[in-house]
Amino acid sequence: MKKHTGPLIILAFLLAFPWILQDAYYQHLMILVLLWVAIGSGWNLISGYTGQVLFGAAAFFGMGAYTAALLQFKLDISAWWGLPLGGLVAVIFAFPFGWICFRLRGPYFALATLALNEIMRHIATIWESLTEGMVGILIMQTFVSKVPYYYIALAIAVLSIVIIELVIRSKLGYYFVSIREDQDAAESMGINTVFYKMVSLCLAAWMMGLAGALYTNYMGFIDPKVVFSLHDISIMAILVGIVGGVATVYGPAVGALVMVAVQEIFRSGGFGLLPWLGKATGWPFMTTVTKYVSEAHVLSFGLLVIVVILYLPNGMVGDWESMRKTIFFWKRQTV
Amino acid sequence: MAYFEAKGITKFFGGLAAVNGVSFKVEQGQIYGLIGPNGSGKTTIFNLINAYFPLTKGEIHFEGQQLSGLKTHQICRRGVGRTFQVVKPLKRMTVLDNVIASSFLHASSRSEAVKEAERCIEFCGLTSAVNKIAKSLPIASRKRLEIARALATRPKLLLLDETAAGLNLSESEQAIQLIKNIRDSGITIIIVEHIMRVIMSISDRILCINHGMVIAEGTPAEVASHPEVIAAYLGEEDSAHG
Repeated sequence: MKKHTGPLIILAFLLAFPWILQDAYYQHLMILVLLWVAIGSGWNLISGYTGQVLFGAAAFFGMGAYTAALLQFKLDISAWWGLPLGGLVAVIFAFPFGWICFRLRGPYFALATLALNEIMRHIATIWESLTEGMVGILIMQTFVSKVPYYYIALAIAVLSIVIIELVIRSKLGYYFVSIREDQDAAESMGINTVFYKMVSLCLAAWMMGLAGALYTNYMGFIDPKVVFSLHDISIMAILVGIVGGVATVYGPAVGALVMVAVQEIFRSGGFGLLPWLGKATGWPFMTTVTKYVSEAHVLSFGLLVIVVILYLPNGMVGDWESMRKTIFFWKRQTV
Repeated sequence: MAYFEAKGITKFFGGLAAVNGVSFKVEQGQIYGLIGPNGSGKTTIFNLINAYFPLTKGEIHFEGQQLSGLKTHQICRRGVGRTFQVVKPLKRMTVLDNVIASSFLHASSRSEAVKEAERCIEFCGLTSAVNKIAKSLPIASRKRLEIARALATRPKLLLLDETAAGLNLSESEQAIQLIKNIRDSGITIIIVEHIMRVIMSISDRILCINHGMVIAEGTPAEVASHPEVIAAYLGEEDSAHG
């Protein structure tokens, strides 16, 4: 039980969060973080534990999102049905994809997922009679307050972490890691590698689809450019995994928090600090800097990845011990 | 019908016959040795038995059932375990986790898998390294880990690929003892080995192949005195003088 104390304290804090900070803006950011915990956990399962690098998280995220949107838009069923169905639809698509593409190994599989991502984006763009194309789909949000969305997102995030925790302790977890470490050895140990890679992919797709469906309900608007976005969803999912720590249970949670924070700092110019400086000093130079900084958030992702790979190759959670030691040592030196 | 039987197994890589029409029978409880010079196709035969490569021609039977046509993991489930010549430990897992991943094949619960894994690790004399990361092990222990992992799948027939290669004298003595212990526990063994001292002392029968074809089969003494075997290993008597 002692092992779970830390996470339970954090969970208690997260449950109280909407009362601690009633500002809708921070609640919005926390909902994004929680969504990314679910997507990142999915990515971590297939890529971190099973070793099959997924470049196309957005494909499954977008399928979940469009499932929810189309239920409301075409069938006039509540978009909330997208939560159970969105994950299911993502799994239904993941199944044939995995069946075919798990015959590919390593980088070839990764490229196939990249292709899937782009194929889905183009289908959603071109098939206007179904998806409204680039116009996108607008649905009515159910709640005005962000608090209900927050708790649903929290439930999904907790669920995905619990699933990962359960999976890695079981036979599945051992099989996934065996496949990552050596597929030939795994096969000769009696592990049906294609089947277990499918299981891993389907679980991951389900988590991503679920997150996608919640995204539709929460944002009320989706279009192909947003939900099938390569750099805003697929690459972000990889970054969440890498920054937090590949193949660690809480890695995606830490990664999601850091990545959403970094993204927001750049997008808003240091939480409004740079625009404020611009106004206060009245220098046109500051306005230019603000403009470039807010546009450079993708560049910042690149720099962050370089730093993480160089200094924390196992991510923030995986290298927590050495990170703590480094900070501690550094402090002592300055004293 | 023999316990294990390979009938005319053949493997072509492009136009090259790596294994060409090899047939042999193994009886239950035997240690069956497979020898031959470098590149003669010994490991390829193992790769054909456990379907790492598909057969070009021929059939493989085990316990009266056909193995050829099955996938590698299905063959393992039927009771044919193997080790690799170039050891393939699951590098970033501990020794225990390596073997647990294997023992889950027949275990219904985690505790059962752990118990079975610990038994196999002890059997292979790796208990002191049980919590070490596999990539930190020296070669002798890695080879033992290969065996422990193969044993954890509860094989009836075990294919050992160069278990004693790269080991020093005392380590290879221990390896011989381990192989004998495995046989005594009721597992039939087919072993590929380069070190003659090892293979001659433990095998019940030996098959010698060269260029993918059988050149001799029989008891260790028969094979060792066979002129073609001597020629394959030491060269023709005449060419040695010339």
